[in-house]
Amino acid sequence: MAGKLHVEVVTAERLVYSVDDADMVIAPGAEGTLGILPRHAPLISLLGMGEMRVKRGREEDVLTIFGGFLEVANNVVRVLADASERAEEIELARAEEARQRALARLRERRADIDRQRAEMALRRSTIRIAVARKRRARPGAGGPPLPEAEG
Amino acid sequence: MPQAVTPREIRRRIRSIKNTAQITRAMEMVAASRMRRAQQAVLAARPYADRIRALLGDLAAMTSPQEEVRAFPLLQRRPIKRVQVILVTADRGLAGPLNANVIRRAVDFISHERSEPIENIDIVAVGRKGRDFLVRHGWPMVAEFTRISDRPSLEAIRPIAELATQDFINGRIDAVFVIYTHFINTLRQEPRVLQLLPIEPPEGTGAISDYIFEPDPVTVLEALLPRFIEMQLYRVMLEAAASEHSARMVAMRNATQNALDLVAELTLTYNKARQAQITREVSEIAAGANALGALQ
Repeated sequence: MAGKLHVEVVTAERLVYSVDDADMVIAPGAEGTLGILPRHAPLISLLGMGEMRVKRGREEDVLTIFGGFLEVANNVVRVLADASERAEEIELARAEEARQRALARLRERRADIDRQRAEMALRRSTIRIAVARKRRARPGAGGPPLPEAEG
Repeated sequence: MPQAVTPREIRRRIRSIKNTAQITRAMEMVAASRMRRAQQAVLAARPYADRIRALLGDLAAMTSPQEEVRAFPLLQRRPIKRVQVILVTADRGLAGPLNANVIRRAVDFISHERSEPIENIDIVAVGRKGRDFLVRHGWPMVAEFTRISDRPSLEAIRPIAELATQDFINGRIDAVFVIYTHFINTLRQEPRVLQLLPIEPPEGTGAISDYIFEPDPVTVLEALLPRFIEMQLYRVMLEAAASEHSARMVAMRNATQNALDLVAELTLTYNKARQAQITREVSEIAAGANALGALQ
């Protein structure tokens, strides 16, 4: 199948996601959003935290990515993530809870380490919630509009 | 078996051994299912591990060795004055010779293979059996981690990796070794020593020389190194878990078999004793009857 991307997301613990009919991948690069189309030049990039989106025809899969690497070569996009989950796997209620906890902790005045940790927790849960909501919203129109793909 | 044992006593022993067999069989079954899960976890970890390792080799080959070494403290080889040994054992026993073997390997390694005096060795115990051994023998232990060996997660091993990495970077220690049980197959596991730090990158293949790097190869390699350590430790823990459950399964299977053999043997003894008793009673009755007949 020429012109399609094979996309694979693995963590140290498991294979999170794998498809071989993707048209485009949008990933949270460490230095800005990465947009990857078929026949992309070989690339290795650091990843930040955020959502990764995989377009397949009219479908779109959304995943969380919490740091790691992305590698592109020969129409294969491989993500080695520190942690990742598919939108369907996220428990929205738990993510909301985590977010509230982090916010509450940030309102208290505590030591720097606690603060840092709470900020990280807040970022993570915010990403989770955003990704989980995308899955809920999808069975409406043909998915959200394409973002700035050229990055 | 002495003759004095009564059939009733034998029957009681049979019952008690059967109970034991039931317990060991249940433990065997639990260990078998955990072993399957642990083996699956080893397989699931492989794609990430293989790719990280290959990337490390290729990236290390790309960056010129001498001048970059300073940028990568985790690759730094220096004269070894002080080492850290991470001893990975199970939390629980009843796993055959598993824990004893890995502990013996560690003792060998520390007291014979390393030239550093014992005061210059920091031992980190992962798993309760190793911890107990160190405490009992008064060996120096700088940290202990328990309740993770059974079913390791990446989250659980991160603090161990962090401790080793920090001590290595700030110069407290000059090398880190992990001693764990390597899983070969269900019947065979062997203790092994793995050098965790400094990292020895595998051979590069030059496969990524024409890649674009975001932001650049040095930064990517720098980010890769700590992940490589975590991955190695995680793999070690998975191997150890698979070994533990396999060893326990085999040990419990043997225990069950031994118990059943014993039951068979005791049943034979019981029947003999019972027969002897009946014979004796019959002959007593006969003797009694004869005596009565003689009186009349």
